[in-house]
Amino acid sequence: MKLKLFGAAGLALFLAACSDHANKNANTGAAMQQQVGPVPGSEADLVATAGDRVLFALNQNTLSSDAKATLDKQAAWLAKYPQVHVQIAGNCDDRGTEEYNIALGERRANAAHDYLVAKGVDASRITTISYGKDRPTAVGDDEASWAQNRNAITAVQ
Amino acid sequence: MSSVKPLIPDDDAARLASAFSRRGFMGAGVAGGLMATPLFAAGAAHAQDAGAAEITVDQARTAPIPIVLPSLGSGVAQQITDVISADLGNCGLFRPISASMPQGTPPFATYKSMGARAVMTGKVVEQGSSLRVEFRLWDVLTGKQLQGTAYTAGSQDWRRIAHVIADVIYSRLLGEQGYFNSRIAYIARSGPRARQITRLAIMDQDGADSRYLTNGQWLTLTPRFNPANSELAFMSYANYRPRVYLFNLNTGQQRLLGDFTGISFAPRFAPNGQSVILSVTRGSGSDIFVVDLATMARRQITSSGAIDTSPSYSPDGSQIVFNSDRGGSQQLYIMSASGGEAKRISYGHGRYGSPVWSPRGDLIAFSRIANGSFSLGVMAPDGTGERILTEGFTVESPTFCPNGRVLAFCRQSSAGANGAGFATGINTIDITGFHERALPAGSSSDPAWSGLNK
Repeated sequence: MKLKLFGAAGLALFLAACSDHANKNANTGAAMQQQVGPVPGSEADLVATAGDRVLFALNQNTLSSDAKATLDKQAAWLAKYPQVHVQIAGNCDDRGTEEYNIALGERRANAAHDYLVAKGVDASRITTISYGKDRPTAVGDDEASWAQNRNAITAVQ
Repeated sequence: MSSVKPLIPDDDAARLASAFSRRGFMGAGVAGGLMATPLFAAGAAHAQDAGAAEITVDQARTAPIPIVLPSLGSGVAQQITDVISADLGNCGLFRPISASMPQGTPPFATYKSMGARAVMTGKVVEQGSSLRVEFRLWDVLTGKQLQGTAYTAGSQDWRRIAHVIADVIYSRLLGEQGYFNSRIAYIARSGPRARQITRLAIMDQDGADSRYLTNGQWLTLTPRFNPANSELAFMSYANYRPRVYLFNLNTGQQRLLGDFTGISFAPRFAPNGQSVILSVTRGSGSDIFVVDLATMARRQITSSGAIDTSPSYSPDGSQIVFNSDRGGSQQLYIMSASGGEAKRISYGHGRYGSPVWSPRGDLIAFSRIANGSFSLGVMAPDGTGERILTEGFTVESPTFCPNGRVLAFCRQSSAGANGAGFATGINTIDITGFHERALPAGSSSDPAWSGLNK
């Protein structure tokens, strides 16, 4: 799956997947409720089981205890689905310059990458990318939005 | 009355014109070049005056030069007049005065009583698919002709002729090369803020003739011209692999620049056009590399382990300015273009980024971020004389016009809840902080000013 899925978009795909499932089973009379919860090993499953993102302080790439807890769960989840490859996207708030933020986002993605590898995930299963300040999760310009936008988001490939 | 001094030689007009014999792939079609021939003053023994009374750019900033710009005619002739008038008026150094075209010798006494210093006269002759524009510039105070040139070019190149004439007027009256016959590459933006569609785009420096170069499928950032104005280096996220590419403006072809393991970004051409300097992420930082365009050989010139990025060459190619957080926060450094020891030059309050060296060599423009807000400023290459030109929620990505007198930059407004109120556009400002204007480029960012068109 080559889609970039973040948060709500992941949920939307999950719902779409349910709907497809329902359509496929329409003539067998199977109820759509048969498929409850995310498909195991999917992006939605990662979001539900471990959380797909960690947040960073202003201009920082240090992993907080919350971030480490999330990455621990991601590592456990990845151990459970060894066929799954992920891409970690680093992002920044818009209080930095464009080019510097590309490198800062990569620095954040790399922090998450290195932590997962240290927890035993094979490095060949993880790629990183940075969107700098160009793919904000929250579109406002206030402290709460900026806090959400300083992140590293793990997406199933 | 200050002394009369020769400004530019008469054949400069021809040189300015021949400087753009091709418009290239993304131009409106190439039909040969622009030809310039001298027009001598009728019946005048001395043919042409050596030059206007000297007026400096600094003087013109506080007292824009009043210049009479009579209409060259109707139709395309009026359009050419309008573009000349807009160029001169919008740069802030001239005050265009409209008038009807005089028959015979211009009424200098009348213009003088209106306060005018100079007057343009001329006419436009349409010859099939080409245009001949006869242009004369006169010193109102002396009644002498300063310039007389006939330009011939394909009809589709009428804007170019107008910009070349505006550049000649600028040069003749201010003693410096103009910048109107140039273009700006930029990123056109559309769609919701969380997932903007970005297209590589190009327009004339006045915002006219805007066109897209890429289709918006991938996130695309930071176009930069080569010195010949024939190629752009830019960053594309094509296939989710963010890297630097080259876009050939003559052929429309794109090619990858180098094959790096990390993200390659922040490209700029060397002043000789033979290499591109860029950054490549590695671990938790980024290093600066130079890629030779003939051999694609790469040379690494920084390896601090920190983020080193946004390199920009001095005009002689001997030094670079870049930003780095090697000292803890993002600051400006200068270094020999071959590498070695870097010297920090920014010491004001806040973080400094997106530096760019003026084509005159005398200034470095930058963004400064302090207390969550941006400023755009300039400083000397040794870090002295820092001046803030403008401020805002976001003001970044400065780029100098060809003569170094004006900067284009990206200005963004802050978004309220749900992203409402967010706007991003390209503004220009004089390097004194005077005369900030928005360019009519719509939702846009990442301006890159070309050199004078060739």
